[in-house]
Amino acid sequence: MTLSAVDLSFGYRGTPLGRGLTLTVEPGEVLCLLGPNGCGKTTLFKTLLGLIPSLGGRLELDGRAVSSFSRAEFARRVGYVPQASAGYFPFEVRDVVLMGRASRIGIFAAPSRADQAIAMGALETLGIAHLAARSFSAISGGERQLALVARALAQEPGMLVMDEPTASLDFGNQARVLERIGTLAASGLTIVLSTHDPGHAFACADRVALMKSGAIVATGAPETVLTAQALGSLYGVDVAVSWLEQARHHIAVPVLRTSRARQAPSG
Amino acid sequence: MTSGGLRREPPASRMPAWVGKAVPWILLVAVTLAALASGKYSVSIHDIVLVLAAKLSGSASGLPQNVETVIWNVRLPRVACGLLVGASLAVAGAVYQGLFRNPLVSPDILGVSAGSSLGAVLGIFLSLPVLAIQSMAFAGGLASVALVYAIGAAVRRHDPVLVLVLAGIAVGALLGACISLVKVLADPYNQLPAITFWLLGSLASVTQGDFLSVLPAMIIGLVPIVLLRWRLNLMTLDDQEARALGIETTRMRLVLIASATLMTAAAVSISGIIGWIGLLVPHVARAFAGPNFSRLLPVALLLGGGYLVCVDTLARSIAPVEVPLGILTAAIGAPFFIWLLTTTRQGWQ
Repeated sequence: MTLSAVDLSFGYRGTPLGRGLTLTVEPGEVLCLLGPNGCGKTTLFKTLLGLIPSLGGRLELDGRAVSSFSRAEFARRVGYVPQASAGYFPFEVRDVVLMGRASRIGIFAAPSRADQAIAMGALETLGIAHLAARSFSAISGGERQLALVARALAQEPGMLVMDEPTASLDFGNQARVLERIGTLAASGLTIVLSTHDPGHAFACADRVALMKSGAIVATGAPETVLTAQALGSLYGVDVAVSWLEQARHHIAVPVLRTSRARQAPSG
Repeated sequence: MTSGGLRREPPASRMPAWVGKAVPWILLVAVTLAALASGKYSVSIHDIVLVLAAKLSGSASGLPQNVETVIWNVRLPRVACGLLVGASLAVAGAVYQGLFRNPLVSPDILGVSAGSSLGAVLGIFLSLPVLAIQSMAFAGGLASVALVYAIGAAVRRHDPVLVLVLAGIAVGALLGACISLVKVLADPYNQLPAITFWLLGSLASVTQGDFLSVLPAMIIGLVPIVLLRWRLNLMTLDDQEARALGIETTRMRLVLIASATLMTAAAVSISGIIGWIGLLVPHVARAFAGPNFSRLLPVALLLGGGYLVCVDTLARSIAPVEVPLGILTAAIGAPFFIWLLTTTRQGWQ
């Protein structure tokens, strides 16, 4: 499944956020988008998903204009995991996941046993089958994020678009979500995600795209693009990038000017 | 994410499944029979069953003519209209609460009550016949919601649901001003009491004809809601989230608003304004059946019908004169609502 944007202008009518953006998501890859707050990542995602109309340029999914898809046609191909779901009513987790089947069943139909099995399968894939009967609003933030991923999986899409799937999660849940992303990518799903932690891009992405003020400033393999210099100019802080042998990937940390000087541990 | 095993613990405040299914039916039948039996001329449950069976099978009941008349011509139309109006208001309330993602929404949110009121109040002011007043109430309700929807469709920059709510408030305020103007101009001895009584709601003057004239509109409104009941769940999500899941939200919202409005306008046209049912009953139904509309709608429908018949029976029996329904639904509904707020953990978050 290929999603390509050529010379794309996006934003809201009257206030464009980006112009001339070109980006291609290749089949089977994990593409990670990095950029400072307010650079337009969420708006770009919503434009790529056809949720807000593009202001110009070409936007195609497998060679067909995104705007020509019906919502159901698009939802069968691309699943979207929003940053959070408000959950105004206390639906059970399995009901939330079942909502992912909407694009696969008739307009007047309710989900069948087969749909319920698919929803349970999605929950099991993410290791949260035991939450099926719990209220969506009563589970933890990390569990909720996984339930939203399960809902997107229940769409049986070829591509997942995840808007900051690790935002507002604690340290352990971030790792668990990243692990699941790795598992899903290994199963052949194309994944586009955004994150604020370059370390997460190192850990799970095949390719990264750096975004600044509505434009893509660099794309490529994480190791070549996510240099200390590139990250430093992207975020406006000093950054140290280093290989961490125990984790088997690079990590990036900010170098604080106020950092209390410490001795390197001996031995 | 600690244990991988399957634990199916039902949420604490939810009832067992059979209770949720059986209780509304039992309540409805009990309330209906009690309503048919109670009144100045008392009849037994046995007589009621005999008369109903005789009328439905076309044979003679063998009971005195006046018993038959009281049951079939006097009480049954009123009880039947109560069931219809209560069920319609409750279903419309549940749908509106879902669409507007807010458990504090009632069917009045888009101005249907205000529009109906203005229509009816104008009809009374112009001394029109009852049928014309009902028609104006019905048309007024539909027209005001159509106006609110048109405003919402014209404003594209904001969240569509928020725009609808705000347009509804503005149009409702405008219509309220018009109603006040008509009240000021109305004849204070003849028309004003009629207007006031209409605005407080009553089933005292409903007839078999009223029942038959609003039934089609209510069924036409109910059918799409029942057919789309599972998709209604997705309409409680944020607009873009629902669209990403494959829902054409604009079309869906139009169909559901039109359906719920049709039901409400039909109800209001024969009963006047009866507050609180559309707000309160969906809450109680949700406590029984959970938020999933597939289970919620039938429960809301049954409880709404039963609740209004119950309140209407009180309205005609607790005092020598008829008590307006709006007063009773508020007097019962508001304290109950507060009690619900303090005790329910699962009603909403």
